[in-house]
Amino acid sequence: MKTDQSKGQAGTLESGDILVFIDLSVQEKGISIDLDSPSIVPFGKQIILTIKDTLVNLGIHDAYVKAQDRGALDCAISARVETAARRALSSTIGEVGRCL
Amino acid sequence: MSLKQLRRTALYIPGNDPSMLLNSGIFGADSVVLDLEDAVSISEKDSARILVRNALNHVDFLGAEVVVRINSLSTPYGMDDLKDVVCPRLDAIRLPKCEHAQDVITVSEVLDQLETEKGLDRGKIKIMPLIESALGSYNAVEIACADSRISAINFGGEDYTADIAAQRTREGLELLDIRMKILLAARIAHIDALDTVFGNVNDEEGLLAETSLIKQLGFDGKSIIHPRQIKPVHKVFTPSEKEIVKARRIVQALEEAEKKKSGVVALDGRMIDAPVVAKARRVLAFAEAMGLA
Repeated sequence: MKTDQSKGQAGTLESGDILVFIDLSVQEKGISIDLDSPSIVPFGKQIILTIKDTLVNLGIHDAYVKAQDRGALDCAISARVETAARRALSSTIGEVGRCL
Repeated sequence: MSLKQLRRTALYIPGNDPSMLLNSGIFGADSVVLDLEDAVSISEKDSARILVRNALNHVDFLGAEVVVRINSLSTPYGMDDLKDVVCPRLDAIRLPKCEHAQDVITVSEVLDQLETEKGLDRGKIKIMPLIESALGSYNAVEIACADSRISAINFGGEDYTADIAAQRTREGLELLDIRMKILLAARIAHIDALDTVFGNVNDEEGLLAETSLIKQLGFDGKSIIHPRQIKPVHKVFTPSEKEIVKARRIVQALEEAEKKKSGVVALDGRMIDAPVVAKARRVLAFAEAMGLA
């Protein structure tokens, strides 16, 4: 799903998934994450680490991320973050539905 | 002799559903088909591709053969699918909308390159062409024989009946022609023949009847769309103890006749000829693969 320029969203609120919104047009430095999860106490740190690692591996160091987790495992979290990030990046060059 | 690869059931898993993907191995299907094509909307093709790629690298499929149905190479998504999903855990590509041998050859050439780039053994990843049109059915033999990577050929009943303007019925008379073409193509190419899905997951009686029919015709297995379809299909494809005992006796009778250099093989007063032995060996191959013999 393409949103405004430099913004991307991926995932769902279904069980086992995570809905991720990413804004790359932030002015501040660094990655800021707003996480909502039923498992925030035992797994919150791990989820945040997975989100940050995925973005850094894509070369993204400044972003605002809103994530609504529904019990997603690491590989699903990473996939949704990567998709949202690629959509945010591709929104500036008009590619929809394809990996960069 | 290596064990036959069981393909009694090939369970379609929607490629954009994390829960289904992560649990796909636990249902006990012989193959799981992670679907990037019909189960995924156009707007989610990128999302499903990345999710399936991650699942291939992290999920334990518990011994199931792992197949990915990519989008047709005639779409903007097929080539990206192929590039992203090739990895050590991938066993085969299910290639939809296959109509010509060249469709398979093109995929095989891309796989050659990707296997080299990713350090995989050449030819590791198999191809399973999916026939879904009148033209594809007409060319089934040349498609099945197109490349050494092909391990099975299958067909899609819904698209095929739409293409030939037939009505899809519970009895499936409209599929008889393509079933025979797929089966003959598979036997000519020495690969497995896999049947289309049975769409009504609540109709176990219908599923059993259709599975019995395709087993009778000679198919090796069936695509399925719900875990609850696994048990009935496996039940039909599992040889009974009586069948296994009979098959074993036929093969033993042949071996004993060969030891005695006898040109005639007899069992219980009846002549045993080569086709009977071939059928017995097929029963035993299935039984051995299931750990029953």
